[in-house]
Amino acid sequence: MTMPVIFERSVPGRIASAPPAPDVPEAPIETIVGAEHLRSTPPALPEVSELDLVRHYTRLSHRNYSVDAGFYPLGSCTMKYNPKVNEDAAGLAGFVRLHPHTPAPLAQGALELLWRLEQMLCEVAGMDRVTFQPAAGAHGEMTALMMIRAYLEDRGERRTRVIVPDSAHGTNPASAAMCGFEVTTVSSDARGNIDHAALRRTADGSVAALMLTNPNTLGLFEEGIQEVAEIVHGCGALMYLDGANFNAMLGITRPGDQGFDVMHMNVHKTFGTPHGGGGPGAGPVAVKRLLEPYMPAPTVERAGDRFLLDGDRPKSIGRVRAFNGNFGIFVRTYAYLLAYGPLLRQVSEAAVLNANYLLALLRPHFDLPYDRRCMHEFVLSGRRQKEQYGIRTLEIAKRLLDYGFHAPTVYFPLIVSEAIMIEPTETESRQTLDEFADAMIRVAGECATDPETVRNAPHSTVVTRLDEVAAARKLNLRWTGGGRRGS
Amino acid sequence: MKSASGWHPHRYLPHTGAEIKEMLRVAGVTSMEDLFAEIPAAVRMKRPLELPPALPEGELLAHLRRLADRNAHADRMVGFLGAGAYDHEIPSVVWRLAGRAEFVTAYTPYQAEVMQGELQAAYEYQTMLCELTGMEVANASMYDGASALGEAAVMARDLTGRNRVVTSSAVHPHYREVLHTYTRHQGIEVFEAAHRDGVTPVGDIRAAVGPETAAVIVQSPNVFGCIEQGSALAQAAHEAGALLIYAVAEPISLGLLRPPGDYGADIVAGEGQPLGNHLNYGGPYLGMLAARREFVRRMPGRLVGLTTDSRGRRGFVLTIQTREQHIRREKATSNICTNEALNALAAAVYMAALGPTGIRRVAEVNARRAHYTLEQLTALPGISRAFAAPVFNEFVVRTPLPPEQLNARLSERGFLGGLALGAWYPELPDGWLVCVTEARTRGQIDAFVEAVKEAIAR
Amino acid sequence: MFPTDRRYTRDHEWAQRENGRVRIGITSFAAERLSDIVFVELPKMGAEVRAGAAFGAIESVKAASDLYAPVSGSVVEVNQAVVDGPEALNQDPHGSAWMVVIEMSSPAEWDQLLDSEAYAALVGAEQA
Repeated sequence: MTMPVIFERSVPGRIASAPPAPDVPEAPIETIVGAEHLRSTPPALPEVSELDLVRHYTRLSHRNYSVDAGFYPLGSCTMKYNPKVNEDAAGLAGFVRLHPHTPAPLAQGALELLWRLEQMLCEVAGMDRVTFQPAAGAHGEMTALMMIRAYLEDRGERRTRVIVPDSAHGTNPASAAMCGFEVTTVSSDARGNIDHAALRRTADGSVAALMLTNPNTLGLFEEGIQEVAEIVHGCGALMYLDGANFNAMLGITRPGDQGFDVMHMNVHKTFGTPHGGGGPGAGPVAVKRLLEPYMPAPTVERAGDRFLLDGDRPKSIGRVRAFNGNFGIFVRTYAYLLAYGPLLRQVSEAAVLNANYLLALLRPHFDLPYDRRCMHEFVLSGRRQKEQYGIRTLEIAKRLLDYGFHAPTVYFPLIVSEAIMIEPTETESRQTLDEFADAMIRVAGECATDPETVRNAPHSTVVTRLDEVAAARKLNLRWTGGGRRGS
Repeated sequence: MKSASGWHPHRYLPHTGAEIKEMLRVAGVTSMEDLFAEIPAAVRMKRPLELPPALPEGELLAHLRRLADRNAHADRMVGFLGAGAYDHEIPSVVWRLAGRAEFVTAYTPYQAEVMQGELQAAYEYQTMLCELTGMEVANASMYDGASALGEAAVMARDLTGRNRVVTSSAVHPHYREVLHTYTRHQGIEVFEAAHRDGVTPVGDIRAAVGPETAAVIVQSPNVFGCIEQGSALAQAAHEAGALLIYAVAEPISLGLLRPPGDYGADIVAGEGQPLGNHLNYGGPYLGMLAARREFVRRMPGRLVGLTTDSRGRRGFVLTIQTREQHIRREKATSNICTNEALNALAAAVYMAALGPTGIRRVAEVNARRAHYTLEQLTALPGISRAFAAPVFNEFVVRTPLPPEQLNARLSERGFLGGLALGAWYPELPDGWLVCVTEARTRGQIDAFVEAVKEAIAR
Repeated sequence: MFPTDRRYTRDHEWAQRENGRVRIGITSFAAERLSDIVFVELPKMGAEVRAGAAFGAIESVKAASDLYAPVSGSVVEVNQAVVDGPEALNQDPHGSAWMVVIEMSSPAEWDQLLDSEAYAALVGAEQA
């Protein structure tokens, strides 16, 4: 049975909310606003009752996979458990009902929270300051690169290039391009580290920064990180960390100590704020002192026992969004850190243990392109299954859906063919990992014994394989079908 | 309570000491420490993290409550603040539904077959946004209104090949600041005409627009709450071959006012917070982006499309993703990845809860209560209306004492007064931007006016 | 393996000479690698193109690529059928799914293009 779109449930005249009572004089609206400014055609929004609304969205929710329902082995996404107490904290009226223009003396609780959170994030990152404006990791990358550019220009240096490894996430070169930089890609070596010789050859006075993910997108720690930092700093460039994989090293090693000058964090990954079906998250950027003057304004400052917003920052790159940042998300971040304290180290220990355990279970069945101790995630390849049975990684991913698991990340990083990237996170139990490994091994077996079932997966989901080609060729991005007339 | 291995049990970590031991064995390592052997010793932390000790739930919530209690929030103080964030009544269904764990704890719908809920909800949201704005296509969300505007300017440059955008100081200062940040490194020049009498002077815009202009950017209602001359500005833009970018900070206004599509807007960039989303001290909010159909391939952000499955059943997928960062990389339309999906979902539930009559009614109440408040305030000695243009739910009045001082006195009485405009507009040191939504009752308005009267009389 | 009645570029386009004009398309190798093509953007009539520079774009569900001009000149014909129905590029890339015709401004550039054997060798190397 097709799930109707909400417009198909519309019946003209149905309402789901009560309009506010008219308690001021009802002057004709034309006299207030002017007839020429009035809308002549109402928007064709759905006309449903409150129960219709509730049933519709409740049914939609049943057609979603979620962390609360099952395991997401998605590499680079850190789909860890989202603590419920964080929702209660973030839902307090003092946070939710606080207008962003509330004068600082009347928003001391909010400002104190941000100030304390900044201290905690600096401690974890080994950095000196944090800006809370960026709304997402990619937004943070852009903000960081702008700060780097401002810093260099302030020193009279015009550097035009940013270096990324070939394993970089797509947002890295995209962010660099948004900041007017040219992107140079450097290859990775056989151990998955950035190729030092290639890096040396390209690191010159035209380079503004190296953007590195550490551990990298193969789940491997950059072994020669100190040498890399020396090469980059040696040519006068800065070291930027894409903090997407921060979950691997909390309390173990700090980016600031590894030689990074600036990093972004994905709080919806590392600090357990919920993904919301694609957002909201937040991408705060932590910097060493040298970049402090360029931070977006205003910043949160403390003067004795008062907290304030400091907008007097002449070298700031300006704003990257309106208001103060995704504050509601930072309440959750703060609560998360309070729940762990120094035990945060165990998050990374458990995350890395889980990954290595799962890798041990799976490696007999899939190709492992880089045979090293992995960190919090690892990359396998479906090459064997493709060559021997003609089954692609995409199909293996779809077949896993039939086993009740979300698929891992596939076809990323680009340097591995038929890539399968798996990150269990620390909140998954051994039982879950065993069940997942079992499913992966069964699917690998099916490639040999029952390839058609794998090829045409998924079979047990509410819809079967969707035609993405038709979607792109015959673009239908809005409903124009009209509603149901009558009852 | 520490175990022999030094492992502290924790409510979010399922591992027991015995399990750790066994898992280490399977993984082929002798200890937890061994897992990190590849990290050079020189960069290893040699001390525990200096963070406040782990709090159990009760203490954690108590701590957060103490912080929350030190904020003058909108349930404690009666607020008349707008200027880019609006206190509207949110029906209980909105967050009951959007707050369901299946929406909140879900990932981005890359595996479409198991995410039909989110995808369909996003498709419906796109449709509703098109209806509200009168535009042909809308994406599934951007970060916020200001950054959506920044991206819209870059989009206009990509579409026209021209390097200049023309705007006015009547656009919200945060939006203009972000516009500068986004265009600075893209070789795009921003020209700002000064507002006249609280609106964008059409003649000045017409004079400023030329063959190098990619777009004219107007916000309506603008930062002063004034409704702009959409048709005239569209004409000025189009006559020069430029696009009209229409910024909307208060989409509730579109329940009553002519939508941007009606004026011939080419791109709409807006803030969806007023649609079912909380004030949240500035975020997470909801960037809205809509455009003409022919521009769709240059639109940043995710788009959800309708299609069929292998059995011919209707389904939804993320589509034309090849414009996005994970495929185009440095040639992508933008770097945007995570967006504000949950906030878009809440906005959709809100729009569906109100429906066409509800949103019209709410908008009318906003306009009437604001109008009433304006009349009452300007009847007080020394208070005058600043600008002649019609307004929706916020307006500027000039006050006989500095607005900051007025606000201080009002807060003693439990009111959060309007925004003192002097910091943003030095030419308006006595300018006070007051916002009145349907969340303000007549009783509250009357009490507010009384308090203002008292405060200026002092 | 690839038609001998035309030449090729390293960016997997073919170019067929018709006196001073050159008809251009993408090769079957490119079409196959992109797989289902969903969108193609071509220059307008009269547009000036430069050899080696991007003059359009092509998209499938999994990839997006720029199209590079094999030779410099001005666009004298555009195949609207391919814009309206990009799937034709997967069906008949060497025939009816040609993309544009360019009036050459520097005929010497023709000699820089690969012949069918050299192109086949390039494809062989890429597939290895």
